[in-house]
Amino acid sequence: MTADQWIIFLSGILGGALRVGVPFLFVSLGECLTEKSGRINLGLEGVLVLSAMTAFGGSYLSGSPWIGVLAGATAGALLATLHGLLCSLPRVNDVATGIALMILGMGLAFYLGKPLIQPQAPQLPAWSLGGWSDSSAVRSALEVNVLLPIGLVLAVLMWWAFAHTRLGLLVRLAGDSASATRALGYSVSGIRIAATAAGGFIAGLGGASLTLFYPGSWNEGISSGQGLIAVALVIFARWSPLRCVAAAMLFGGAGAIGPALQSVGIGWGYHLFNIVPYVLTLLILAITCRPGTVVRGSPGELSSTR
Amino acid sequence: MQNILLPVGAIAMALLLFGLVVALAGVNPVEVWALLFLGAFGDWFSWQNTLLRAAPLMLTALCVAIPARAGLVVIGGEGALVLGGLACAALAHAVPLPDSAAGTLLVCLAGALAGALWVALAGWLRQYRGINETISSLLLAYVAIGLFKHVVEGPLRDPSSLNKPSTPALSDGLLMGPMGTSDVHWGLVIGVVVCLAAGWWLRLTPSGFSVRVVGANPRAAQLVGLPATRLVLLSCALGGAAAGLAGAIEVAAVHTSANAALIAGYGYAGILVSFMARHNPWAIVPVAILFGGFGAAGSLLQRRLGLPDASVLLLQGMAFVLILASEALRDGAWKPWLARIVRGRSAMASPQGDTR
Repeated sequence: MTADQWIIFLSGILGGALRVGVPFLFVSLGECLTEKSGRINLGLEGVLVLSAMTAFGGSYLSGSPWIGVLAGATAGALLATLHGLLCSLPRVNDVATGIALMILGMGLAFYLGKPLIQPQAPQLPAWSLGGWSDSSAVRSALEVNVLLPIGLVLAVLMWWAFAHTRLGLLVRLAGDSASATRALGYSVSGIRIAATAAGGFIAGLGGASLTLFYPGSWNEGISSGQGLIAVALVIFARWSPLRCVAAAMLFGGAGAIGPALQSVGIGWGYHLFNIVPYVLTLLILAITCRPGTVVRGSPGELSSTR
Repeated sequence: MQNILLPVGAIAMALLLFGLVVALAGVNPVEVWALLFLGAFGDWFSWQNTLLRAAPLMLTALCVAIPARAGLVVIGGEGALVLGGLACAALAHAVPLPDSAAGTLLVCLAGALAGALWVALAGWLRQYRGINETISSLLLAYVAIGLFKHVVEGPLRDPSSLNKPSTPALSDGLLMGPMGTSDVHWGLVIGVVVCLAAGWWLRLTPSGFSVRVVGANPRAAQLVGLPATRLVLLSCALGGAAAGLAGAIEVAAVHTSANAALIAGYGYAGILVSFMARHNPWAIVPVAILFGGFGAAGSLLQRRLGLPDASVLLLQGMAFVLILASEALRDGAWKPWLARIVRGRSAMASPQGDTR
């Protein structure tokens, strides 16, 4: 590759990290909040797809992408609330419920979203950070999603709230010891339902960024397991919102290798490069997890790590 | 008794709810229910369509059920299925096989082997690296689909398949024919036989019993010295073999070559089938026929009433959620739970209460 191609390739990766990383960021923050309260929500994959469709529909019908974002996040919160309520029933397992909601979320989204496949909806504005560069590749890579700063602020806020606020402490308490929570007179189910719903709302922002920024249209292949990768990302980030940011950007960049290679004219192995994020997730899990031991930082009540 | 009543009630509720949703779209729900029944079980033509879809469902459901009995939630059957189909097509392409039933058997075995190795990998990652098998198996499914697309559109692509990349078709002798005068292929018989055998194995053999002990009570299994890791890997491999076999049969009996049509969601529907059958291989047979029927009726709903093709997925999602929720009704488990809710906060302060 020549120097110019290297610039195009690297800015493709950087742009990908910033663009593709945003949904990862929101879903992993949502999952982080849910898991901190002691439940795992595999249904965030369904939440992501449903909120992507709702956000697109909201933006298309109202003409304002911000109403779309709000609609998407609300839809995500509703589906996640269903997860929270179902898991509070006796004998209902959170992993199985998550799988069911994954299918239900996709079913709802594809069923209701059929008429939305053709039209174009108003998109979220981009935030241009690349004005200093002469290279058009760098400039287009630095067209940043306006939801990204919101996500970054949210990550810092969550990190601070977990450490310094009463609410954050309560969520962590419910996640670490259900009996201690009950002994203090709080409802474990109540806290978990609230955390799951809020997690769904945050993940819904990720769905909105899929259809309202990048790739910027609604179709049935909009998410291929991003929601699930995000669940694995939380393990990798050891339940820290700040580390979720780094993990999400890393995965965004990994997912952009295929398209970036295509942009410099290397078409070989397109599908192989698309599986890089999945392989990377597995490798990272293999490095961070140990059999028979609980991952450091893991909430004590989490069924997936026991 | 509740093993039958609860799922049947859940399905009925799902159908009712589905009727409500289509009614909101201005479609007569009674017409939808009638078409669902007619499209699934109305006449011999529908029955054939239903059974054609039930055959792979039985096998992919086993990919969930057998590991589930060993205590694992494996949901990556789709990956094992596509790799099974790919292995079947690749073997037929690479090696000159006898154009007979023996050749068909070989390509099916190749598919089963590929699926077994793939799901056993998820089991291995769990036992030796401590990775949650639910997440790893689904990630592996996406990896498998990526590999499948790469090979089908690259090294193994038949140059004459222009806009629908496929591997070269299997020779006629290797194909799995229909049974008698019907359209239903022998894969259905294989599916039923494998389900019966798996149920028999789990129920009546020492190794099957050991697998169930590992799943039901890992501590007891450890105390009596059962080789838990080996049994977990065995159950994963057997489940994966079933899903891989499903892929090979789909190629040998339906598509004649490996192409993207193989990625039809049978792996995911199999999860639902297995959960509804409570991971009992014998119960999988009727449940797979029921959901095969819904799948078959889906295209009829699309043609006659103009409903989106995702209607069946929506119905499946509702059924899945309700079936899991119905577990709360089993053995009156809801009674103490309700009492606790009614008594309110004071009761919650008891540290002895159950956590879920």
